[in-house]
Amino acid sequence: MLLVGGIIASAVVGQLAIGPGEVVGSVLRAVGIPNPWVPSEQIVESTLWFVRFPRIVMALAVGAALAVAGAVMQAIFGNPLAEPGVVGVSSGGALGASIAIVLGLTALGTATTAVFAFVGALLATLLVYLVSRANGRTEVVTLLLTGIAVNAFASAGLAFLLFIADSGSREQIVFWQLGSLNGSLWGEAVVVATVTAVGTAIAIVLGRRYDILALGERNASHLGINVEALRIGSIVLVALLTGVAVAFCGIIAFVGLVVPHVVRMAIGPAHRPLIVASAFGGAALLVLADLLARSVVPGADLPIGLLTSLIGGPFFFFLLFRQRRRSGGWA
Amino acid sequence: MGVTAPGLVSAVGVGVDLDGARVLDDVTLEVVPGEVLVLVGPNGAGKSTLLGVLSGERRPTRGAVTIDGRELGGIRHLELARLRSVLTQENTVSFPFLVAEVVAMGRSPWARSVEGRDDIAAVAEAMDAADITHLAGRRYTQLSGGEKARVSLARVLAQRTPVIFLDEPTASLDLRHQEDVMRVGRRLADEGRAVVVVLHDLSLASAYADRLALVSDGRLEAVGAPAEVLTEERVERVYGLPVELHLVAGRPVVVPRRA
Repeated sequence: MLLVGGIIASAVVGQLAIGPGEVVGSVLRAVGIPNPWVPSEQIVESTLWFVRFPRIVMALAVGAALAVAGAVMQAIFGNPLAEPGVVGVSSGGALGASIAIVLGLTALGTATTAVFAFVGALLATLLVYLVSRANGRTEVVTLLLTGIAVNAFASAGLAFLLFIADSGSREQIVFWQLGSLNGSLWGEAVVVATVTAVGTAIAIVLGRRYDILALGERNASHLGINVEALRIGSIVLVALLTGVAVAFCGIIAFVGLVVPHVVRMAIGPAHRPLIVASAFGGAALLVLADLLARSVVPGADLPIGLLTSLIGGPFFFFLLFRQRRRSGGWA
Repeated sequence: MGVTAPGLVSAVGVGVDLDGARVLDDVTLEVVPGEVLVLVGPNGAGKSTLLGVLSGERRPTRGAVTIDGRELGGIRHLELARLRSVLTQENTVSFPFLVAEVVAMGRSPWARSVEGRDDIAAVAEAMDAADITHLAGRRYTQLSGGEKARVSLARVLAQRTPVIFLDEPTASLDLRHQEDVMRVGRRLADEGRAVVVVLHDLSLASAYADRLALVSDGRLEAVGAPAEVLTEERVERVYGLPVELHLVAGRPVVVPRRA
């Protein structure tokens, strides 16, 4: 409901007013159903198909990718506070992408930036993973401190790149740090949507194993899980989902934290339903957040990363506070 | 002993080095289907290490461990999980799963197999044996230590393997539940399974074990019937504490001499 409502509202709201009927009509005609609601003006048609629809698809795909990445990360870290933005995976990806931009690398064609974002995200995940684990689990303190270190290093790298970059690249990097869905193109949206769909499918297949991993590494391996292979595969998966989102839309933090948490509270921690529901929840959240980002200040397009952090920051604080009260410490 | 029942675990000349120190040295021991074998010994003697080697969790530095004649190291994760189950000392669960869900995880090695159709019965039976049926709808993370220990035991029982390893299963349990757990172990052995238990309580061990293995300083001090292994002289030497032994129903009960 929230998802469908958000999609239609996103198509309707904007600098050019378009009626909900016209949106439905235009989509129906595109799939070959003649109907009376088809928009009469050409500008309405092109605004929908070249500006708003790709942006909506992008929001849906990025939201789902980040939420699923968060759920998977929490499963392999055995810690409900693990999140790509918080622990520095997103900034690792942004650093990778920025290196490609500033150095003007095009060795791999138009995909170069995305590949660099993936590599950056992968390195950051590996680093956090290797540093913050002890006895098969991750303590909150270690995880957050590692996140601070990774984020600090990535910020320094980004600052250095800003310093040496020309003004064009500089603008692109600033865009990365803030996170935005502005100017999404069909080509990009399709790439993100494809990666998200494949990644989510893999995560769903691995869902039962994530459940068993909640028993701890030793018990999981006694139950026949190849824990090492599962962890490595999942790290690549998280890096892929986060990297592709970051490559085209920059850092959009806290989606991976908030969505799986709310879903877990609503339907419990079993990972298969959790991952499916998180994908839809993340998609809905980002479409709505994007709608807010471009409508709350008339004529301006706020960076969406700013909005998610505005909501996610206090939420994160609330979770930390609750966990501390419950366990009597920061462990 | 016939060779019909599966689950014969055999360790020959097993040794483990950790950071240059000999934690386990030259242990030769058989785990036989149909019997309860209890490992006892002082703290740091190497009981848990021995359990880890026998269960295939830890690869021995020297010697070899086989199950039904096959080297443990050559058996795939999933197949091993169908041969032996392990109850570890530490049993935390990262997310608030329901007790019934946690127990059902014990069935995961049997997914997509013929035995998979027994899932519901196996879970119900295991929950009954561990006396946790009334907890089925509770969140694991909200249980007391003793309740968690019993839920974990039920998860291991649900795995329905020929060999079962229990590492200090009575540690956080009250008197009644300690006896319950050991009775469950006894019954499993009577059904033809091989049961290996690490215990600290010598009297409890002696009451339920077919054979006791006393581990001291990384070596196997003695193996055999409880009355043979537990002598005043040996217990005093290994534990460094004066004790007196009493026989209750033919089984030794160990009491420290208190001034």
